[in-house]
Amino acid sequence: MAEKVLELKDVSFSYSSQPAVKSATFSMEKGDFLGVIGPNGGGKTTLVKLILGLLKPDSGSIRVFGEEIPKFRGWPRLGYVPQKATNFDQNFPATVFEVASMGRFERAGLMHQLSKEDYNAVENALKVVGMLGMRDKRVGDLSGGQQQRVFIARALAGEPELLLLDEPTVGVDAEAQHNFYALLKKLNKEFGMSLVLISHDVGMVSKYVNKLACVNINVEFHDVSKGVKDSDLVCAYPEAMAAVPHHH
Amino acid sequence: MLEFLQYGFMQRAFIAGMLVALLCGVIGVFLVLRRMSLVGDGLAHISFGGIAAGLLFGVYPLFSALVFSVLAALGIQKLKQMKVYGDAAIAMFFSFGLAIGVVIVSVAHGFNADLFSYLFGSILAVSQADILVIAGVGIATIVVLLLFYKELFYITFDEESARAAGLPVENLNNLLVVLTAVAVVLSMRIVGILLVSSFIVIPASTALLFCRGFRQAIAFAAAIGVASVVAGLVLAYYLDLAAGGAVVMVLIAVFFAVLVYKQFRPK
Repeated sequence: MAEKVLELKDVSFSYSSQPAVKSATFSMEKGDFLGVIGPNGGGKTTLVKLILGLLKPDSGSIRVFGEEIPKFRGWPRLGYVPQKATNFDQNFPATVFEVASMGRFERAGLMHQLSKEDYNAVENALKVVGMLGMRDKRVGDLSGGQQQRVFIARALAGEPELLLLDEPTVGVDAEAQHNFYALLKKLNKEFGMSLVLISHDVGMVSKYVNKLACVNINVEFHDVSKGVKDSDLVCAYPEAMAAVPHHH
Repeated sequence: MLEFLQYGFMQRAFIAGMLVALLCGVIGVFLVLRRMSLVGDGLAHISFGGIAAGLLFGVYPLFSALVFSVLAALGIQKLKQMKVYGDAAIAMFFSFGLAIGVVIVSVAHGFNADLFSYLFGSILAVSQADILVIAGVGIATIVVLLLFYKELFYITFDEESARAAGLPVENLNNLLVVLTAVAVVLSMRIVGILLVSSFIVIPASTALLFCRGFRQAIAFAAAIGVASVVAGLVLAYYLDLAAGGAVVMVLIAVFFAVLVYKQFRPK
């Protein structure tokens, strides 16, 4: 049996009294591609923040690479591309290479300069996303799709085994989206990287993933490696819920 | 040519001026990009209270100013964490420091002239002791900045991601304002309390007009600051101008020259 990279057991979290995630239970193994879908405000980003240890669950446990989060020390093994990553100050003076190199800072450690090995990893990451040729360009001068690839390179530079991406295709044109999914497929199939992709784009996500979590405060988990059924997606369309027969 | 370098006071002015211009240029890039340009000004006014207290109690004024300024820097951070708006927190400490200074002056008479030299700077009266303090503390501050360069770069670019990447964001923010407090106090002797923020804000803003990379912006901000100090001091010497004011005029002239060039250069 493959190594478990992520395991949530009965995880709940509320902002003051507003429940955001309720008893989420699911797990993913090495090489899995998990899609997280659900309506806005349904708790998708909260779920990611819990997995990253940025929020502490009210109850339940989260294990990353087999280790429970408060004790987990291998954070560089996780890569993260935040929502609105491209929402930075477009006048900021930072080159493509400088932004991608941030992905190595955690591995290098506080007060340490980046080593030759770190710089090689940054170059490799830029090569994988096809942005090495633009390494000295200012990030703010690039298109939205190119910026997105730089932020993915930043996450890849840390050589993560599990990569989490939060709504990365927002505000990116169709061609860039297509390239983006092709890149994820390459990372997943060729490099064997485990992926978590949060998206509101149910159609696209369900084409690529083999596991699906439908998050609307409650979390429904489906193995979709043999194809996605319409019923797997119900939680993403709350207005369609009425059409689904309920048996109480 | 260069006869002015024969004078001890001019040598000291050059060493002290170039060092603080370098330091403030580097710090300025971080502060300006984080929309914290006014922190320098606020901390300088707080230092005024520290200077007055030092003169009153017979403590070396740069030392008492340093204590006031660092404590206020941490106080501003604390208020921000307690959900007071950042600019309001700065404004409060700003007035508080001035108030302390004014009250002390009204109680104790007789050192108005000394205080005046701190308000407007007196680069030509930089003493041997001042030089040792400015050089020692200034170099130490630059070393700390270089040690934490990459982390400060990350939180300046995107605090949220930096936090997700496991960086101690709160502590780094505290570090940045403390280093600013130190830089402000060191610069005060040269340009004076009222002009300190020019050393922090203008070279950085000039570099940001044309730099593509962060390292590049830091290098240019430092270089613009240092070159302007040299030019300003030479001007002040030959035209018999106030040194602090002359340096700031040069900084402003460079900024507008770059701005105009940027507008009219062929794309």
